[in-house]
Amino acid sequence: MDTAYVIDTLFTLFSITLIILMVPGFAMLEAGLVRTKNVSSVLTVNVMIYAVASMAFILVGFHLAFGGFQSQTMSQWAFFMFQMAFVGKAINIMSGGVGERAKLLPLTLFTVVMGAFIYPTVVNISWGSDWLAGTVLDLNFVDLAGSTVIHSTGGWALLAAILVIGARKGRYVQGQIRVIPASNIPLVVLGAMLLWIGWFGFNGGSVGSISTKEAADSVALTIFNTNTAGLAGAISTGFLIYLRYKLFDITMILNGALGGLVAITAGPHLYTMVDSIIIGGIGGVLVVLAVPLFDRFRIDDPVGALSVHLVNGIWGTLAVGIFASDPIKGISLMNQLKGVGVIAIFVFSVSFTIIYVMNKIIAFRASDEDQLEGLDVSECGLEAYPEFKRAI
Amino acid sequence: MKKIEAVIKPFKLEDVKDALAEIGITGMTVSEVKGYGRQKGHSELYRGAEYVVDFLPKIKMEMVVDDAMVDQVVNTVVEAARTGKIGDGKIFVSDISKIVRIRTGEMDIEAI
Repeated sequence: MDTAYVIDTLFTLFSITLIILMVPGFAMLEAGLVRTKNVSSVLTVNVMIYAVASMAFILVGFHLAFGGFQSQTMSQWAFFMFQMAFVGKAINIMSGGVGERAKLLPLTLFTVVMGAFIYPTVVNISWGSDWLAGTVLDLNFVDLAGSTVIHSTGGWALLAAILVIGARKGRYVQGQIRVIPASNIPLVVLGAMLLWIGWFGFNGGSVGSISTKEAADSVALTIFNTNTAGLAGAISTGFLIYLRYKLFDITMILNGALGGLVAITAGPHLYTMVDSIIIGGIGGVLVVLAVPLFDRFRIDDPVGALSVHLVNGIWGTLAVGIFASDPIKGISLMNQLKGVGVIAIFVFSVSFTIIYVMNKIIAFRASDEDQLEGLDVSECGLEAYPEFKRAI
Repeated sequence: MKKIEAVIKPFKLEDVKDALAEIGITGMTVSEVKGYGRQKGHSELYRGAEYVVDFLPKIKMEMVVDDAMVDQVVNTVVEAARTGKIGDGKIFVSDISKIVRIRTGEMDIEAI
């Protein structure tokens, strides 16, 4: 008995470590995709989000989501921390997409609300103690590691934020889409690959246990399917953009891989290898279609977070109902759709309302002058790439 | 005394520097600049959106020489920097009214 407890605790702690690797993952990905004058601000947001969101969750949010945190199968602290590790990811999705024009203080304040209330409510009705049990809104959908609970939640909050805050200055001028290229491609690749590897803990750890033969098989299958979906996403994206543009854009290929990883996240323990290839492959295709589409609607997303996390969060959740439906276990497309819909309405409307109201009191959007000078100067007083580096 | 500014293609820097060393020019200031003349830019693609990059990287070399050396220096730079293709660059010659060597205080010709 004790052995299983110890093994499960160890495995959970290992998974937690991988998930926290996603913090530098997001950080480097975003640092590379924004302009040099905003890099410090983006990195500061990433670190503060992790700290503030996690703290809000362990102090308040966890109890909202789960009630108590006794666990029979592993150390309660491991279980507690494992849930905490997810929070920052959901909110990082949101903070990345409003980079280069969102001010740090209001963003941090919203993080508290999201970490203490919005995200835990989603967890409550999906995985946790379930306020909605027995009501007509009772959700019974499969989402192992959070295609909806983490990725779509972050995505809907981000969409709400972008609609309130607006695009970066100079992005959409006189009906034209002005390109703002990435400043550091090596960092983009480093960040995306750290996310990819971190996903093994994100999905693998979500199985919940590894200490029986069955559980070990499930964890291994989960991680295998996760990686496979990433591969398929990268390949389908690379193929599609080459077909369309005769060029390879590594930022898109990585977004496609991440899209595949998001798409597999709802049911990696249920799929076959072929399922994973298809789901991940479609995830990549969706990213290629979504990125220019959001631009067409003048929704400015410097890092592609909406295409990767929102669009594929929805696809990933629905995919369970298509590829792994099981009437006996109650897994169906309808149930998945209900989960997607209810959480969409909740997260989007609450986020939009809160951000809209907060915005009236403390403006989220940095002024035009601050955006021109760069948020490193106006928000941080610390330039990531100072002029005349070797002046001394 | 004349200042000679030469805007050349970046990969020609070593060739021009070596050729000038051979005729006795051993000092210059070099900066990385961008520019275009008749050599147009090119288009690039970022996340599905096309954009035009007009400015091309160039190297600007600046040196101050005695009047007597001007023609020789100009010809040497032209020979070494020419590829025959559009974008080879330009040379500008202008007058210098005063030179001072900071370390010693030497002026004008002695400071070259």
